[in-house]
Amino acid sequence: MSTSGAAVPIIQATGLTRTFRVGRQQVEAVRGVDFEVRPGEIIGFLGPNGAGKTTTLRILTTLLKPSAGRAVVVGADVNTDPGAVRRRIGYVAQSGGTDGNCRVAEELILQARLYGIAKQDAVRRAADLCERLDLTGLADRPIRTLSGGQRRRTDIALGLVHQPPLVFLDEPSVGLDPQSRSDLWTHIRRLRDDFDTTVFLSTHYLDEADTLCDRILVMNHGRIIAEGTPDALKRRISGDVISLTLGGDADRAKAVLAECPGLDEIAVSGQTVRLTARGGEKALVWLLRAADQADLDLRSVNIARPTLDDVFLALTGSSLSENHS
Amino acid sequence: MSLIPASLLIFARQMRLSLRSPAWPVIGLFQPALYLAFLGPLLVRVAGAGVDGLPAGAAWRFFVPGLLIQLGLFGPLFAGLSIIADLRSGVFERMRVTPVSRFALLAGRVMRDTVVLLVQTAVLLAVAYAFGLRAPALGLLLMFLFVAAIAVGLSALSHGLGLLVRNEESFTPLLNAAAIPLLLLSGILLPMTLAPQWLDILSRLTPFRYVIDGMRTALYGDYGSSVVVAGAGVALATAACCLALGARLFARRNA
Repeated sequence: MSTSGAAVPIIQATGLTRTFRVGRQQVEAVRGVDFEVRPGEIIGFLGPNGAGKTTTLRILTTLLKPSAGRAVVVGADVNTDPGAVRRRIGYVAQSGGTDGNCRVAEELILQARLYGIAKQDAVRRAADLCERLDLTGLADRPIRTLSGGQRRRTDIALGLVHQPPLVFLDEPSVGLDPQSRSDLWTHIRRLRDDFDTTVFLSTHYLDEADTLCDRILVMNHGRIIAEGTPDALKRRISGDVISLTLGGDADRAKAVLAECPGLDEIAVSGQTVRLTARGGEKALVWLLRAADQADLDLRSVNIARPTLDDVFLALTGSSLSENHS
Repeated sequence: MSLIPASLLIFARQMRLSLRSPAWPVIGLFQPALYLAFLGPLLVRVAGAGVDGLPAGAAWRFFVPGLLIQLGLFGPLFAGLSIIADLRSGVFERMRVTPVSRFALLAGRVMRDTVVLLVQTAVLLAVAYAFGLRAPALGLLLMFLFVAAIAVGLSALSHGLGLLVRNEESFTPLLNAAAIPLLLLSGILLPMTLAPQWLDILSRLTPFRYVIDGMRTALYGDYGSSVVVAGAGVALATAACCLALGARLFARRNA
């Protein structure tokens, strides 16, 4: 649980693998994942639905046994000492963890007591958490009467009752309105800034990963395909991103446009051809000229600095923002 | 946190939820109460007519144990529905990430179902008394012990199966498919002594046949009878097996 020596990772995963049997088929949800998380980081696990994020999270939180590989979480091995891992981590599942008929404070107190905290202490912690997460005044309300954002904050409070040095949040902002999302981000940042809590969150929202996380692990098809700070990831896409939307055959357009000089990468996503180029403005001249000569039905053109979605697109060939669940 | 205090915490939570919406235990009592009111008087006449295995004047003592078994088969046996709801809402997962013993998570729930069934038993016995049930005190007390064993077994089994099946659409028909034959083969309505041999043999392959015979004999006041001992033995053994199975399923990490 060292916070001083950044050399000691708070999570160390080596070759984590998990296969499920669905009917007669073996499905590899997680395929040999290696990574490290340092204390005090806010780590984002970014990927589309079905990438294996939740499965990995459930392995790290001892809910699921890995088929192969090992993970050391806050100094304890998830395979051999799950009890120690459980005492040292908090976990907030995507579905949350509340029953609408229960009341906020009684669930917080119960949760604290399940961690072995004495009753008086548990009562005090529940009150503290309600205050910290803007739930004061809601303590005795049935959970079903809370708003989506309040309910989510209750879920998170439940994961924090025992003041764990590391907390896992699975898709924390799914289903929240924009205001509740940005409130939630403030609370998550405060967890790290005021309480030195390491936060490991999974998300399929690019803006969440971009604005909230210090470092991102990009996951797709059960593998980690890239990792780094949001800026470093974006720098991997050298240059600008040019998007050309077409009325006609985008694949033919891709073939035509790929002939232009100065391009790095080119990908088709629906009716849009996306290219990256070092000198975007210069390349654009070439592109427009080529499009004109080939008689492409060009509808619109856009040039922009790269986003995490461009990173994802370049890595996987598909856009994350179009990957609706 | 050790096993007993942890189980009590879970029990207290589940009990609080039951008390907050007591509709189900009340509805659960409704069906046996109807049997008591609408079928009981007929059975008194049948017994008066002299039927093998149904002692005249003992119609209520014959009938009430069957209704208690029925309460168990439609109460604790369906208790697993609540674990499916807790799986869906994430409540169960939230508890499983704590260091609390997996067995405590089961035991607390089983305790709640057992207490609910014992309260229902008290109510049903009181109503039966109003209809004319008369039995020795020790016999009535033994009913509670039998019922407790039934509740523990069925609730533990149901919770374990709920974790396996994981959705109500399959779980409910599965339980119904099991409950109806178990109920009929136990001989709750008419004595199995009337049964043709094949039906009698089939009935002896199910646990509730022994349990119900034991309960009836206890209500007749024949405590030392081997029938009572066999009934108690089968009830306890079934409860122990179901509890062990439920505990195994709760301890799995790959759920």
